[in-house]
Amino acid sequence: MSVLIFIDQSEGHIKKASLEALCYGSKLAEQIGMQAEGIVLGSVQDDLPALGQYGVKKIHHVSDPQLDHLDAQVFTNVIAQAVQATGAKIIVFANNADGKTIAPRLSARLKAALVAGAIALPDAANGFVVKKSVFSGKAFANIALNTEIKIIALNANSFPAAASGNAKAEIIPFKATIDATKVKVISTNMVKGEVPLSEAEVVVSGGRGLKGPENWGMIEELAKLLGAATACSRPVADTHWRPHHEHVGQTGLAIAPNLYIAIGISGAIQHLAGVNRSKTIVVINKDPEAPFFKAADYGIVGDAFEVVPKIIEEVKKLKGVA
Amino acid sequence: MKILVCISKSPDTTAKIAFTDNNTKFATAGVQWIINPYDEWYALVRAIELKEKDSSVVLHLVTVAGADTEPVIRKALALGGDEAIRVNADSQDSFYIASQIAEIARQGGYDLVFTGKETIDYNGSSVGGMVAELLSLPYVAQATHFELNGNTATITREIEGGEEVCEANTPVVVSCQKGMAEARIPNMRGIMAARTKPLKVVEPVAADSLTSIVNFELPPAKAGVKLIPADDPGELIRLLHEEAKVI
Ligand SMILES: Cc1cc2nc3c(=O)[nH]c(=O)nc-3n(C[C@H](O)[C@H](O)[C@H](O)COP(=O)(O)OP(=O)(O)OC[C@H]3O[C@@H](n4cnc5c(N)ncnc54)[C@H](O)[C@@H]3O)c2cc1C
Ligand SMILES: Nc1ncnc2c1ncn2[C@@H]1O[C@H](COP(=O)(O)O)[C@@H](O)[C@H]1O
Repeated sequence: MSVLIFIDQSEGHIKKASLEALCYGSKLAEQIGMQAEGIVLGSVQDDLPALGQYGVKKIHHVSDPQLDHLDAQVFTNVIAQAVQATGAKIIVFANNADGKTIAPRLSARLKAALVAGAIALPDAANGFVVKKSVFSGKAFANIALNTEIKIIALNANSFPAAASGNAKAEIIPFKATIDATKVKVISTNMVKGEVPLSEAEVVVSGGRGLKGPENWGMIEELAKLLGAATACSRPVADTHWRPHHEHVGQTGLAIAPNLYIAIGISGAIQHLAGVNRSKTIVVINKDPEAPFFKAADYGIVGDAFEVVPKIIEEVKKLKGVA
Repeated sequence: MKILVCISKSPDTTAKIAFTDNNTKFATAGVQWIINPYDEWYALVRAIELKEKDSSVVLHLVTVAGADTEPVIRKALALGGDEAIRVNADSQDSFYIASQIAEIARQGGYDLVFTGKETIDYNGSSVGGMVAELLSLPYVAQATHFELNGNTATITREIEGGEEVCEANTPVVVSCQKGMAEARIPNMRGIMAARTKPLKVVEPVAADSLTSIVNFELPPAKAGVKLIPADDPGELIRLLHEEAKVI
């Protein structure tokens, strides 16, 4: 019996969210006395055996290039075959774009209970209960998975991806029946040179307080120095100061980085909903009454146009950048 | 051309989140219910736009919910759509809900099924994928653009760090998010028209629930903000480096 972890890749590279899923799945397997195995579909450039450092013992690889792009129906069918072949009892996904597309299908296919958005290891002592984020991060629900096979989709940044030792995973070619693709990928447009917001450990975010798109230079500079992604509040995206994919909050992306720096953002409840799972929140706002300060760990009451350039200088000092 | 849009209700985005009955139930007292924003702003409005372009399009809405959801579904009809179907069941299990929607979709023979990206209360992002699997249809999640040319749909979906443009033939199931359409507000004519549009109530088919909610928890309160003087940003950087250890 095994815990089967879906290893998500894009253009041959393993996604960071999958490393977290691997660590989570391996820890879970250890907890309940099962073996952690991975499954990866399509052509891979990264060093697969090295994923053994994340606790996985075997990786089933279906290397057919037809699987280089996602068609959830085709993927579900292949994963279902792997579940059967390995006798997997728990399947772990990252709750990212691909995970959100495949996991529900697999759940319906296998009639296996799914918890999407898990943030902690299951409590397997009383039934099988997994904590998930609900109300856009404003609360948690403990969900019982009441079927023999169970599926967990893990939220990003909920479980640390830590490599340890130098164990190598055994790579096992897996032969599967692959259906004809019905969803054909025409093009992929990646935002080059930027850290994907959903995977970023540090996020620098700006709101309407920045007055206009021409003032984002300092936000981008600070983000670059910190290896951070940039984000924004909804009105900023709505007025096209910044691209839509940067919009965080209840109706945008929900993120949980280690550090979220909010500059010129008031902290409306809908904005907080998407960011309040961040481990550390820094707020820079000229209004001491801004609601965001109530949700912050550190704050500076001041004018962003004066404070942010000084912060940039301090970060440069810390990083030893001239 | 027949389109089915899945509509769920959610508490108003400013609603106070609290729980009753030993933290097993969401405290609904005084809560204002709205159409789940992803369903309204993106799935429904994009479907209405398709109907505006081609008047032969038949647009149906479906909700799986108790009778208390009827004002919400009427509001959706006020934006547009020909009729609504309410499956009379109150369930929080995604698979149960998806089974009901799949049954309606099967009977109605729809070419397109639109859902929202996720419900803002349960955040399952699951129902659309399950419906697609139950119907053996292709599924594209988190779509930001949708164009239809004959029976070929060109769909853009968000992926980590970018987007992917793909093509699928109808029938297809799509979950919708920001970018699909611009939010609208219902006008007086729509509100009047919605009063007389059919709202059919059907009983649920037998289906399993795979999960159950044990209880809810609220996050622990923040310790309180540590304020740093505006003229000493070095102190902030020191704290982030040495105390919080995040940079
Ligand atoms: C259904 C619904 C869903 C929503 N979903 C979202 C969502 O997902 N995400 C989201 O962000 N919003 C969302 N909103 C909007 C939300 O309610 C707020 O309107 C929005 O977050 C405010 O954006 P803001 O903080 O950038 O702007 P404002 O509220 O205008 O705040 C600007 C802030 O900047 C400060 N400021 C001004 N000048 C300076 C300066 N020089 N230096 C420092 N600080 C300065 C001001 O003190 C103020 O606090 C939603 C609203 C609704 C109704
Ligand atoms: N009870 C319901 N009735 C109709 N549609 C629903 C219901 N619950 C969820 N949906 C649809 O499925 C989408 C995803 O919901 P969820 O999987 O709960 O995040 C929603 O945005 C709706 O479009």
